[in-house]
Amino acid sequence: MLTTSNNIKVVELKNITKVFGSKVANLNVNLDLYKGEILSILGENGSGKTTSMNIISGLYAPDEGSIYINGELAKINSPHDSLMYGIGMVHQHFKLVDVFTAAENIVLGLDKQDYANFAKKIEEQEESRFAELRKQGKEPSEEELKESKKRINAAKSFNIKNAASRIKEMCDRYGFELDPNKKVYNMTVSEKQTLEIVKALYRNANILILDEPTAVLTPQEIDRLFMVIQNMRNDGKSIVIITHKLNEVMRISDRVAIFRKGEHVATVETNKTSIKELTDMMVGAKVDLEIERSTPTDVADRLFVNNLSVKNNDGRVVINDVSFVARSGEILGIAGISGSGQKELLEAIQGLRPLESGEIIFHNPKKDKPATFFHKTLKKIKALAAHGAFHDPDGKRINFKGMSNKEIRKMVNDCKVLFYEDEIVNLKGKNPLQIRELGIRLSFVPEDRLGMGLVSNMNLVDNTMLRSYRHGHWIFLDRERPRKLIEKIIKELDVSTPGTNTQISKLSGGNVQKVLVGREIALAPKVFMAAYPVRGLDINSSYTIYNLLDKQKCSGIAVIYVGEDLDVLLALCDRIMVLCDGRISGFVDARKATKEQIGEMMTRHGEVQ
Amino acid sequence: MNISFFVGVISIMVVFLYGCIGEIITEKSGHLNLGTPGVMCFGATGAVVGARIFINITGGPDAVRDGAGSPVLGIFLLVLFCLIFAGIAGLLYCFLVDTLRCNQNATGLVITTLGVGIYKFIGSILCPQVDRHGFTAIGRRFFSSPLPVDFRNSNWFTQLFLSYSTLVYIAIIIAIIVFIIIKKTRIGLNLRAVGENPGTSDASGVNVTRYKYVATIVGSLITGLGGLYYLFDYNTGSMEYSLEGLGWIAVALVIFSIWNTGLAVFGSFVFAFFYQLPTPLSNIIKNEAISPLVSTLPYLITILVLITISIFNKKETQPPSALGLTYFREDR
Repeated sequence: MLTTSNNIKVVELKNITKVFGSKVANLNVNLDLYKGEILSILGENGSGKTTSMNIISGLYAPDEGSIYINGELAKINSPHDSLMYGIGMVHQHFKLVDVFTAAENIVLGLDKQDYANFAKKIEEQEESRFAELRKQGKEPSEEELKESKKRINAAKSFNIKNAASRIKEMCDRYGFELDPNKKVYNMTVSEKQTLEIVKALYRNANILILDEPTAVLTPQEIDRLFMVIQNMRNDGKSIVIITHKLNEVMRISDRVAIFRKGEHVATVETNKTSIKELTDMMVGAKVDLEIERSTPTDVADRLFVNNLSVKNNDGRVVINDVSFVARSGEILGIAGISGSGQKELLEAIQGLRPLESGEIIFHNPKKDKPATFFHKTLKKIKALAAHGAFHDPDGKRINFKGMSNKEIRKMVNDCKVLFYEDEIVNLKGKNPLQIRELGIRLSFVPEDRLGMGLVSNMNLVDNTMLRSYRHGHWIFLDRERPRKLIEKIIKELDVSTPGTNTQISKLSGGNVQKVLVGREIALAPKVFMAAYPVRGLDINSSYTIYNLLDKQKCSGIAVIYVGEDLDVLLALCDRIMVLCDGRISGFVDARKATKEQIGEMMTRHGEVQ
Repeated sequence: MNISFFVGVISIMVVFLYGCIGEIITEKSGHLNLGTPGVMCFGATGAVVGARIFINITGGPDAVRDGAGSPVLGIFLLVLFCLIFAGIAGLLYCFLVDTLRCNQNATGLVITTLGVGIYKFIGSILCPQVDRHGFTAIGRRFFSSPLPVDFRNSNWFTQLFLSYSTLVYIAIIIAIIVFIIIKKTRIGLNLRAVGENPGTSDASGVNVTRYKYVATIVGSLITGLGGLYYLFDYNTGSMEYSLEGLGWIAVALVIFSIWNTGLAVFGSFVFAFFYQLPTPLSNIIKNEAISPLVSTLPYLITILVLITISIFNKKETQPPSALGLTYFREDR
């Protein structure tokens, strides 16, 4: 490793402090980055990793402290200043203009000085080339001189075509694959990331900061990225990776800096530490890596999905003839390579997506429970009674024959009308509101927290109210109940927020997720669906969520958990359904199956059982 | 429909065109300035102030009518004050929206109300009924006169293409220059990026605030010229007609021309065509309902354009994605 041996500090943070409102994001952070090393920054959500890097990249101004670049005090007031110091940052949420091509995105923001520098560099290259020629005793021809003049002049000013050819050259050198003329909105996540890195390199960045670069990549893409990162390190560049995936930290980095609650706890050399030690430092206290899994009791079929086919937004069939049963008191895991139709499946159940074919049948556990006017009208109750749906407390069938409406009402209100068996409801063609009005409580924690789950510009109370705004006094909203509920959620799930009137957008990812999960659980659902509920969450928050899911299961809820981490799926779920390309490739018992078995099923249809 | 109808169409189209180009530049930076009618009024008010100063220097409205005072000074004063006023309107908008972070729609509407009010107020003070002929003279002598060579009575070609005043040609030249700048240059790229995604532009080293300020102020200057043109050129100094409605047409035109100043030239012609159509039409069809109905056509077409854009859903024809949103770097 040619890492810290040279000991040239390229970046030094000294006593950096940054406060947002009343929340301290960074407190007295001291951090060094050496030339030609890969430094991982490890920490839980909201531990100040990204904030400290945003300060280096000029997005946030530190409240206190100073930054030294190459040993000199640096004045970084804007991202542009930071670029001038050779710092490039690839943000977790890519900063790209969708309607621009790759090349346009790359040259965006370059100013005259940058172009002058490009021209100077090319001029130097050409000169040295000619000098080489002259050494060999040859004089460059007239045409060659002209050609080189042309090249220098082209670099002097804004020119997309010229930029595209430069980008191609650079991609070849580091092993990137990127089409400079492709529009960003046509790109995959991995292409966008490549573009971001190329963009930073195009500005001659010597320090590259990557914020959670692997969160959205497939394993193959991650391998590629790591290869490129190593190429860049060997080229003498310093790379910072912000992450909370411990195995990746061990695999790629030379040193690890650990952040906890806004403070820089320690920096250790990767080959002198272990995952266990890192985890301990990260969370402060020791964490129990065992996920609780209770034995299912009172298992009953709750939700039947029969021969379901669903299309995605582009009109492609992404769920193809899928049938399964979700049972109460059980966690059904759904495994599969991301994009195998998991998202569409859950949305279809939730009533957000039209079914192409098939049906979703819900067994409402109503047996021996009284009918109410809350969900049913008098007319409906009478009709149901005619079909023999009710019995009285003594077990006799009710048919309301010869009773007046008033008498029937009284009987219902006295809770004397009991369901004879579970209510069977077909959810096909119903929207979420209709489903809820039927008295069927489905909770859904979507993959896209801030898009579908919560409204980022509204505060905690209002977001909680999204599920209960219909219960109010006359025409006015009832804010008191949601406020009490969110206070309870904050306390129970340990949400870190300045208050209940804080905008959701001001919370960190893990806390946002806690609010969402807490709200959905508070609905007392019969079916609880969660898509990647721990994505982007730190270990502690993840375990809180796992335990919550287990608790839900114990209280007789049918839980459907879509996850990506196979270890977690195996440790948490009771049964696992494996999807491959929109079809079911099999079910496994999570207590007996192995990772390899599931991994194989994820890539192949059917055969393995 | 004869040549003079089309000459009329082109004359009025220029008012829309100035407003539209100004608003396109502004919107490209992500500012939805609903103050366009107001900015036009600001420009016209500035021109009125300039005209009044010129009249006072020259020695009264009668002297101006009789040919006193140098045209260079007159044009200079009018254009200068027009630009100053319109620029102030743009600056005010930027200050409220960017520095004080007010809501863009509300601010724009405030600018419109303010501009219309100031136009009526200052206009009625500086241009009393008694010496209106001074203003008319300025309009006639300096603005609505055609190019140095008078082509108005020659053949159809020169009538249709060469019989206008300078401000008409300047509008079209500005449209082309702005088109090239937005599409082909570094500044244009940065400007588009600011309107599409200010966060990205900022992280890439573009000074977002500066781009927003400069784009909005330059846009306002151009819009303001529309006011000057309408008042002193099209109406030869007569303040009877309201400017506000034309400003709103310019705003609608921005959508019609899908944020492209090249298309704005065509779009403003179409709008002006329907704007002028009721007059000849009412001679042919004797029905009172015709003219108001025809004047709604530009708006109907705008709705159709919106629907078409939406159907094709092509990213390139959509409005700038960050249009109407306030950007603050440390927002999380």
